[in-house]
Amino acid sequence: MGLLSDPNRRRALISLLTRLNAPICVVCYMAGVAWFMGLAFEPFTLRTYMSENAMGSTMVEERFPAGERALATGREFSAHKKKVGGMPVDWLVKTMQARGLEVFTQRFSRTLPFPDENKERYLVKGTNVYGILRAPRAPRTEALVLSAPCTPGDNNNQAVGLLLGLAQYFRNQVYWAKDIIFLVNEHDLIGMQAWLEGYHHTNTTGMDWSPLQGRGGSIQAALSLELSSDVITSLDLVLEGLNGQLPNLDLANLFYAFCQKIGVLCTIQGKLQRNDWDSVSGYSHSVQTMMLMVMKQASGRPWGDHGLFLRYHIEAATIKGINSFRQYKSDTTTIGRLLEGMYRKLNNLLERLHQSYFFYLMPSLSHFVSIGYYMPAFGLLAVILLLRALDLWVQLATPPPRTEDGVADTDTLIKSAPSQMSSPGVLSVLTPLVISHLTGVEVAVEHFPVSETEAVVLTAIAIYTAGLALPHNTHRLLSGEGTEQGWKVLKLVAVLYLAVLLGCTALINFSLGFILALTLVPVAAFVTPHVPKILSAFILVILSPACTLLFSVFFFQELQEMPVSFIDGWMLFLSVISQGILDHSLYGSLVYPLIALLVYPCWLLFWNILFWK
Amino acid sequence: MKVHISATGIHMEADTSTPETAVPSSVPQPKDDFQEELVIRPLHSGDIYASFQFRTLWETDFMRGNKVSHYRLFPKSLGQVISKFSVRELHISFTQGYWRTMQWGQPFLPSPPGAELWVWFQDSVTDVDGTWKELTNVLSGIFCASLNFIDSTNTVQPSASFKPLGIGNVTDHSFLRYATLPREIVCTENLTPWKKLLPCGSKAGLAVLLKSEKLFHSSFHSQAVHIRPVCQDWQCKTTSWELRQTLNVVFDLHTPGQGKREWSLFKMFSRTLTEACPLASSSKIYIDITDNPQGEQFEVSPATPLLSQAMVLGDRRTFSVYDLTQQITFGTVRSLNLLIRWKSRDMLRPLLHGERYVAGYGLQTGEIHTLMYNNHPYRSFPVLLLDSVPWYLRLYIHTLTVASKGKDNKPSYIHYQPSKDRVRPHLLEMLVQLPPNSVTEVTVQFERALLKWTEYTPDPNHGFYVGSSVISSLVPSIVAMDTNSTREQPLFSSFFPCKEESSYFVRVYTEPLLVNLPTPDFSMPYNVICLTCTVVAVGYGSLYNLLTRSFQIDEPSPGLAKRIANIIRKMRGVPPL
Repeated sequence: MGLLSDPNRRRALISLLTRLNAPICVVCYMAGVAWFMGLAFEPFTLRTYMSENAMGSTMVEERFPAGERALATGREFSAHKKKVGGMPVDWLVKTMQARGLEVFTQRFSRTLPFPDENKERYLVKGTNVYGILRAPRAPRTEALVLSAPCTPGDNNNQAVGLLLGLAQYFRNQVYWAKDIIFLVNEHDLIGMQAWLEGYHHTNTTGMDWSPLQGRGGSIQAALSLELSSDVITSLDLVLEGLNGQLPNLDLANLFYAFCQKIGVLCTIQGKLQRNDWDSVSGYSHSVQTMMLMVMKQASGRPWGDHGLFLRYHIEAATIKGINSFRQYKSDTTTIGRLLEGMYRKLNNLLERLHQSYFFYLMPSLSHFVSIGYYMPAFGLLAVILLLRALDLWVQLATPPPRTEDGVADTDTLIKSAPSQMSSPGVLSVLTPLVISHLTGVEVAVEHFPVSETEAVVLTAIAIYTAGLALPHNTHRLLSGEGTEQGWKVLKLVAVLYLAVLLGCTALINFSLGFILALTLVPVAAFVTPHVPKILSAFILVILSPACTLLFSVFFFQELQEMPVSFIDGWMLFLSVISQGILDHSLYGSLVYPLIALLVYPCWLLFWNILFWK
Repeated sequence: MKVHISATGIHMEADTSTPETAVPSSVPQPKDDFQEELVIRPLHSGDIYASFQFRTLWETDFMRGNKVSHYRLFPKSLGQVISKFSVRELHISFTQGYWRTMQWGQPFLPSPPGAELWVWFQDSVTDVDGTWKELTNVLSGIFCASLNFIDSTNTVQPSASFKPLGIGNVTDHSFLRYATLPREIVCTENLTPWKKLLPCGSKAGLAVLLKSEKLFHSSFHSQAVHIRPVCQDWQCKTTSWELRQTLNVVFDLHTPGQGKREWSLFKMFSRTLTEACPLASSSKIYIDITDNPQGEQFEVSPATPLLSQAMVLGDRRTFSVYDLTQQITFGTVRSLNLLIRWKSRDMLRPLLHGERYVAGYGLQTGEIHTLMYNNHPYRSFPVLLLDSVPWYLRLYIHTLTVASKGKDNKPSYIHYQPSKDRVRPHLLEMLVQLPPNSVTEVTVQFERALLKWTEYTPDPNHGFYVGSSVISSLVPSIVAMDTNSTREQPLFSSFFPCKEESSYFVRVYTEPLLVNLPTPDFSMPYNVICLTCTVVAVGYGSLYNLLTRSFQIDEPSPGLAKRIANIIRKMRGVPPL
């Protein structure tokens, strides 16, 4: 700051920054990307450790014996499911009652805005069944949840079987201090959403549900179980929830600790951990794992039934059983013991999980990158925007050098003075801003009279594309020929707007913010009306939010080692958009409105600048 | 078989019994009297409910000028408390667990989770708040409990819900204090002082069964002490002090054995009975066999021919009675070990029950929902709802709604006392008519206050407790109730005085709430201090500098050589360089 109070040095600094602006920006961009890639490098990351004392030092012994019986229950469940052709509510109620639980049901119904083609549903009606195991001598103030979705077909029967088996076993134990709620939810996320809304008596998405009859107080933690085979090779932990929220890292640590203790292979993002971090393949493996997490988090959708709990400040994760062709198998008893151990530790909690991190990335299950380490990567990208803004500000503040013919008319001089610049600029800045946002609103408004998914998606894309043609034509009609000052002011506003937008996004959902910054920052940095039009327009379109999404789809498939052809990728792209709209209207995911209402208009401003003249 | 019948209102149905009238009439009436009683009731859920009641009656006057100094059965520690603090009525309960009305029906004596204390003072007390404070501290010592945490922030004066249960119709509720500590954990250290108040201690009589390793291995445990003045006779010519010590416990049938549902005194308490307390005038065990008229649900052994009927909670119940003062009860092995074998079980719907929860998400606002169920098929009845909410949940009383069956249900009486931050809690009392077969929902929104950082508990992320709401009501009775309170009845059926025949008094407690408040990260202050200081020192200082000063480029000061040269030139009279 002493630097700034010396006018000479200030001038020197500013001239340095403006003169070297482009190279500094390039360096920052490279450094940001390099920093981000470095995050996956094991020596740069921290080992996970249990922060919560109540779960760390206490010993528990796992004794769950009845894996076989749980599988038999699962088969019985499957038979009843087939017979009823859906959720066997009566059977579940009876079975849970026989296990000594207080059993309640909840009916819900929801009409989707348009048919969901992925899951083939439109009018959804279902019933959730849950049983509460009352802890002895506990005043019903705290509860834990174990849930298993009842999915159509042959999936997930083992999960329900194990859930019932655990219920029976837990019922006979004396050490519970928190009520345990065993929930079987129908229609996966929709059922879960209905149950959670019923439990907390909120209605954020306009769903119809019958009120719950039994409760267990404030829910401290929840696990969702997905298990579709009798034996498994590994257990996968899914953390990413709605809007990129993550559960407390201690929950992941707990899972990892028990996998280690019991000797079950555990994965995250379906990827096993490797020890050869110093080899190229080892490094690329952890980059892939981390990138998968980033992509999933950026999507803002819940990647398991646990994802909806996070809104209610309930730490939750989904545990998925994976059965691949490996030799080493674990049976249901082992998984039951693992869950028993986890629940006993959660039962020991005195406070909600709060000791460990809420913002983190995981390049492997045993290592994590905390917010303090990954934020600089984003900061380096964001600083480019500030540098460009500074550059523009300086350009606008200093009068243009009179090099042309020495007769710079006083008009432009007055205009360029910072105090007076705004009056003619207001209209020329405001018009594109308003028009871009109106276009954004047009994309965001749900055009649901059309009842076909593809129609909805294609309408959105059409409006999006039409938006490209709209603003730069209309603004010329309204405010005449754009001036040199005009685009600079507009760009200054646009760059600062983007900086604020990305900054806020990155604070809430780092991955989304970073991916958007990665594509939008170069656009914001280089675009002027003076660059070659055709080439720049092409680059601009390539780096637009929609194309970013398209590339992300391909990249995600690539990371999952399931590459797709272009046509399939395009279909996937369309379904991702429709899922985004559905996630928004069903669960309140914010990514679609964010892109449509804020990011896309912001990008349109840059598009506008390109076609200023 | 010989059976003892005192002058009772109990209808004996035993044909073989022959009355023995010698005991009460011939002996000169002692001024104090001790009775003990155990009721065992198999619950519908399959659990088993055991309720102990010990009653000491003493015809004395603690309030007289001369101090009462000779104590026989009445515990001296409590007697001194009564006279020192001019207590008219004292009710204290310690409960671990929540009474599950939906599974278990109504308890004989309701109590909320945690500790509850309510006291009526004599109207001679001038400084009620000061006396209350002292009293709670003394009781805290007597019962080894954290009652000293009762202060003005959790004490209320209910206007209608807690009427005196003994004689005297005081209506000035400025002499009443009510407080709960929902977080209080009850364990052995509270049981031991409680047992010491009994005349026989835990040496003889029913108290032998009170072993903490078994009592705290249950689904519900509640112990209470009630002191009140009662009438000795029908005309209420003489009054006496009644000390009632009760202990309720529900054993989980499911826990230890799987398969065979079978209980005995030994399995429940790991003891059997060998004798009554020698100081007791009556010592009985009642077993509720109402649901089991033909013995198809369970069977009791040893069987007793002695049956008794009593009106309890609006219902006529039948009990098997075992009189411990009779040697014959103990049989040949000189020990009594009751055994119950179950055969089946089902569920029930209590006439009145309530539940409560916090709705909403986020740490700014929330909504308290209280649900009151009237399961009576055709009768509506009024209930008094008492809510005492700590000040850090700021109730928005204008959002209070009461609705039954989707319609607005206007309370006929509302008493609301707003909270004062850090001084007193919210008190909300209202009289609501519950329509038959309905759910009445009371909702009120609140805002979560940000506490001062020293006000947080050591475990702030656990959340903060809000005590149970209290629902008091006169519930329509199925059978005519007995309104004569002085007639001798089993102790469990005579606690709440019954004023009319057609209804009976019930008090239901809802669950306590656990509410999370916005909690700072307590490792942060250090970081915050560092950061703030840095920002203030560096950022603010220089920015202020930049904004308030104007900067100009100074001529650089001349060098030393130049200055010396100038001095010489000055001396020479030549203009300086």
